[in-house]
Amino acid sequence: MIGGLFIYNHKGEVLISRVYRDDIGRNAVDAFRVNVIHARQQVRSPVTNIARTSFFHIKRSNIWLAAVTKQNVNAAMVFEFLYKMCDVMTAYFGKISEENIKNNFVLIYELLDEILDFGYPQNSETGALKTFITQQGIKGQHQTKEEQSQITSQVTGQIGWRREGIKYRRNELFLDVLESVNLLMSPQGQVLSAHVSGRVVMKSYLSGMPECKFGMNDKIVIDKQGKGGTTDDPGKSGKQSIAIDDCTFHQCVRLSKFDSERSISFIPPDGEYELMRYRTTKDIILPFRVIPLVREVGRTKLEVKVVIKSNFKPSLLAQKIEVRIPTPLNTSGVQVICMKGKAKYKASENAIVWKIKRMAGMKESQISAEIELLPTNDKKKWARPPISMNFEVPFAPSGLKVRYLKVFESKLNYSDHDVIKWVRYIGRSGIYETRC
Amino acid sequence: MTDSKYFTTTKKGEIFELKAELNSDKKEKKKEAVKKVIASMTVGKDVSALFPDVVNCMQTDNLELKKLVYLYLMNYAKSQPDMAIMAVNTFVKDCEDPNPLIRALAVRTMGCIRVDKITEYLCEPLRKCLKDEDPYVRKTAAVCVAKLHDINAQLVEDQGFLDTLKDLISDSNPMVVANAVAALSEIAESHPNSNLLDLNPQTINKLLTALNECTEWGQIFILDCLANYMPRDDRESQSICERVTPRLSHANSAVVLSAVKVLMKFMEMLPKDLDYYGTLLKKLAPPLVTLLSAEPELQYVALRNINLIVQKRPEILKHEMKVFFVKYNDPIYVKLEKLDIMIRLASQANIAQVLAELKEYATEVDVDFVRKAVRAIGRCAIKVEQSAERCVSTLLDLIQTKVNYVVQEAIVVIKDIFRKYPNKYESVIATLCENLDSLDEPEARAAMIWIVGEYAERIDNADELLESFLEGFHDESTQVQLQLLTAIVKLFLKKPTETQELVQQVLSLATQDSDNPDLRDRGYIYWRLLSTDPVAAKEVVLAEKPLISEETDLIEPTLLEELICHIGTLASVYHKPPSAFVEGSRGVQHKRIPARAGSGESAESSDVGQSGPSEAPPAVIPSQGDLLGDLLNLDLAPPTATVPSVQPSMQMGAMDLLGGGLDSLMGDDSDTLGGDIGGSPSMGAGLGAAPAAMPASLGAAPAVGGGLGDLFDLGGGVGMPTGSYVAPKTVWLLAMKGKGLEISGTFARRGGIIQMDLTLTNKAMSVMTDFAIQFNRNSFGLAPAGPLQVLTPLSPNQTIDVSLPLSTSGPVMKMEPLNNLQVAVKNNIDVFYFSCQYPLSLLFVEDGKMDRQVFLATWKDIPNENEAHFQIKDIHLNSDVASNKLQGSNIFTIAKRTVEGQDMLYQSVKLTNGIWVLAEMRIQTGNPNYTLSIRCRAPEVCQFVYLCYELVLKN
Repeated sequence: MIGGLFIYNHKGEVLISRVYRDDIGRNAVDAFRVNVIHARQQVRSPVTNIARTSFFHIKRSNIWLAAVTKQNVNAAMVFEFLYKMCDVMTAYFGKISEENIKNNFVLIYELLDEILDFGYPQNSETGALKTFITQQGIKGQHQTKEEQSQITSQVTGQIGWRREGIKYRRNELFLDVLESVNLLMSPQGQVLSAHVSGRVVMKSYLSGMPECKFGMNDKIVIDKQGKGGTTDDPGKSGKQSIAIDDCTFHQCVRLSKFDSERSISFIPPDGEYELMRYRTTKDIILPFRVIPLVREVGRTKLEVKVVIKSNFKPSLLAQKIEVRIPTPLNTSGVQVICMKGKAKYKASENAIVWKIKRMAGMKESQISAEIELLPTNDKKKWARPPISMNFEVPFAPSGLKVRYLKVFESKLNYSDHDVIKWVRYIGRSGIYETRC
Repeated sequence: MTDSKYFTTTKKGEIFELKAELNSDKKEKKKEAVKKVIASMTVGKDVSALFPDVVNCMQTDNLELKKLVYLYLMNYAKSQPDMAIMAVNTFVKDCEDPNPLIRALAVRTMGCIRVDKITEYLCEPLRKCLKDEDPYVRKTAAVCVAKLHDINAQLVEDQGFLDTLKDLISDSNPMVVANAVAALSEIAESHPNSNLLDLNPQTINKLLTALNECTEWGQIFILDCLANYMPRDDRESQSICERVTPRLSHANSAVVLSAVKVLMKFMEMLPKDLDYYGTLLKKLAPPLVTLLSAEPELQYVALRNINLIVQKRPEILKHEMKVFFVKYNDPIYVKLEKLDIMIRLASQANIAQVLAELKEYATEVDVDFVRKAVRAIGRCAIKVEQSAERCVSTLLDLIQTKVNYVVQEAIVVIKDIFRKYPNKYESVIATLCENLDSLDEPEARAAMIWIVGEYAERIDNADELLESFLEGFHDESTQVQLQLLTAIVKLFLKKPTETQELVQQVLSLATQDSDNPDLRDRGYIYWRLLSTDPVAAKEVVLAEKPLISEETDLIEPTLLEELICHIGTLASVYHKPPSAFVEGSRGVQHKRIPARAGSGESAESSDVGQSGPSEAPPAVIPSQGDLLGDLLNLDLAPPTATVPSVQPSMQMGAMDLLGGGLDSLMGDDSDTLGGDIGGSPSMGAGLGAAPAAMPASLGAAPAVGGGLGDLFDLGGGVGMPTGSYVAPKTVWLLAMKGKGLEISGTFARRGGIIQMDLTLTNKAMSVMTDFAIQFNRNSFGLAPAGPLQVLTPLSPNQTIDVSLPLSTSGPVMKMEPLNNLQVAVKNNIDVFYFSCQYPLSLLFVEDGKMDRQVFLATWKDIPNENEAHFQIKDIHLNSDVASNKLQGSNIFTIAKRTVEGQDMLYQSVKLTNGIWVLAEMRIQTGNPNYTLSIRCRAPEVCQFVYLCYELVLKN
């Protein structure tokens, strides 16, 4: 199991050091600093073995977090724990920075004592932790016996992510379907790989312990219903359902029920959390197509022409469009002409950055640039990194639709109809690249 | 509110000031001071001098202050054990506190204080906490048992905490169950045979129920524990799989990977024709792909594991090639791993896409990545024949870029392509030769030299090229020197007239001016070959080379199986067994995959083998790529079949090549080489007739299984001086079951080397080739130390004797009976399974003679209940003869005592795995029945030792 946990600043100074196991000595702290942080090289493996001690490390802004062990631990668990640790810290004091960590070191030690026992991760849901570890020192001493046992039963309980007795005057929930669409396209316009990774993020402000059921246009569910010939009209369902390659759920979702009936039921945590993640690869609506044309004119000049085409309903508007066209290292000057938006050559980034605020569907826009090159005798050819693109569109490129989110709370007297529900779809570019 | 100020005290006399503040009356000031102490502790300053002052602050009702003091205590208690006792009272009191959070805090902290005296006081509070009404306290106490066990294992056992911990597996609270499982698993690891985690269908059911209810971390503990369970049959295995599969949709990647581990392991038990088996296979792919959208560090862990899974079950991900395409922004460690998996998944169906990708990668910036991409192109060519031409032209394009490391890498892989497709792509040689000057890496130089030597007849100026390398011969690395030597000899054999001078020159450089024994010996062998029998030399050096394997870098199957059992853990990231990087006893146990139903018994297993030939363990050729090549210049050499006849008693390729060579060599000059080999009179014939893998030189021979030691013995069948008893061969595999292949055999120990002597008879109508052998895990880790050397195809009605050297370094698993060995033999027809039993005397090592004093002490030390008594009947030997006979089998008589006409012999035996067996044998004059008493710490071996006594004495 995890033998110790260290947090360093970018200089390698220790901010937090907590040792859980006897086999980890003080010298481990220094070994990591010397071998990894001070090496100042690109990290070539997130797991480093130094003198039979393994270091699992991640970096958040310029802070290093390292978990140390001498045993054959579950490596995936260690990394998951480190990410979780970051989430918990962020939930408590915001951004992970040297200043924030120094300002909250007592709190961090307390958290570390609670969420890691002898190197075994324990309940690390912020909802539960915040009931008894607070920034104003620990509550504890002024609680009644009932409160105390409520805390402990929540921390260890089956529904460790939600406390009892939550009340809202207005029961409300927000669903955000956030998708990032990824594309790798060949210069000839052939899709090399494309997938959507999506997240359903829920903000719930619901009283009591509500039972929720979430439904979407999952092909497997729709087909099943179609066969039964029940509610949906079959012609419609076949077309609008989507094939989900795989999905994963927040720990509140009853996985065995999903496995057997493919229904998504759960008691949600209070506030914001990620209900599910999913991935699709079929029938993706690619919001933009990039058509590059690069011509080398002699050894000191490049001509670049890039056309982007928007491919969605004309009534919808894409936003925050940015096209990044890489330029060679020996670029001496660039002249750009674009029909729409603004384009600039950024020497420090070796790229032409073309920004368009808004663009409606089924439109086309073009940029052309002349790149002057300094003559070099560098034999190595320019690697021609791909043209990448960023954007945001108000629909889900996977085609996912939320069909329902039903809320049942039997003990309190509000019904599904009384809950105010909001659904929003946002499609963003993930790694959206076209080779040139 | 900000705490950062505590980090910034740099005044002189700091400790002194802190001391004053700690003893202040004001609570706030005290707390401030403790915070400063903790801050100093964090940055590595020694604040142990403040121990008494800090501990004084412990008695407080302020929980925050208390926690800080505890933190300090955990750090320094060990250095100040006497003072740490001062804290005990507070701990004990806190364990009784009405607030469960404080009770838990106390028991949690106390377990972290590694001071013997404190642990004594810990027992009572811990016992209470384990039965506390509050689950939070119980879950903390469960982990505390593991802490205490780490400090004082005996105490935990004596106090009966293990039983209480076992009871907690049935606790009503899932988190308590999860922590109890974690603690028990950890404790069980340090007691490999304790059966502590007594997993049975009932407990498994409890665990599976808790799995649905506990935290994500708890699910990981439980799944990791489940993976150690051996289901009784395929039905149980299936029902566990069914209940584990929902975990594949968990958001936590570690839960997913641990579930994958359980499924990969248990599906091994399911019959392949079962519908559910196919369903399960299909269910595994999507979650594995999803892992690739996690954070990069987790992607890395996932990819390392997928690499194993793809080797074990390529069918799972064969359609998912695209997800492994490298993204421009992937961290380098992710890129390299993806590349590895891409090559493994490359097939005819997707090769075009893969090649296009690889070509992109070869123009990237990172040198390692580019090299790997170039190498990957070569591997594609070798793997998918249809693509070879395109690969070669891609490589040529890359060579044209003139980027130095790209060119070198390309040349290395082109050499392999030549090996795989001889006489097909020689047209590119001219292009390669153009780049001769730019090669500065040994591997690339060696590859280029190999190409020149191999195709010397087509390269007009081959002699000039090789001569140019010869100038700096002594500055080259060994690899290049050896290659150069061989290449020039090849050149000479192909164009003898023009190159005589050159070959003289290289031979004298290698034999006279070099200190490297490998090089020198190879030089001598060539020299003698050439001077005695150039025709034979030609046959040896220019022999047709065996094909090279399609897959490279495959993990050896037994290791792969073990790593599959460690999916998700560090072992799977390092691709090394835990024993390679974990100190001490933890994790040293070898884990194994359960066998498919029925294959436990040899009778049934052969049927299983027949029904599914694809189950044959892939015959992996150990990757000796860098082993300097061998005399014949083969990279990897499964024995080829060009030998017309094989001497019955020939054991190893190494031997017969030498055997034949020596006869003629020693005639000329027996000083140099003859000295090494000594007289090996009966090593007959067969030079040039055995182009088998040959270790680089005589000096290196011991590395290959037997080494010279057994060459003597085997060649002439002289046997060891005292000759241990070898049982006659018995039939192990009936021709009926072996599709015409009959195998009989026996075991022998000769000169410290364990051998399996086999007689293979082909009773079928067709020729048999491609023999290979594998063992299942067994009690003493017996494993073949080399490949099964059947050099010729076995024609119908032919019989061949083979002797296979065995090592005892294989994976261990206790068998029933203890000396049972399950063997799989493969040939071109099928895979056959049989099991046989070996005499334990095989494992008696030569240095098994115990010192008398040690013997006495050990005898007393072994408890009486470990003693077993036997009668050996009808032996008509006196004690000296008997003891001599036994000594031949490495049973050593240490002392002899005669009491009232009774001879008492005290004997010792040591097994290969270090187990000592002590025996007392009583021989009464005139009584043909001996009495034998055997003591051993592992009492289960006594029975088999007795059998050895009987066997040896009666034969």
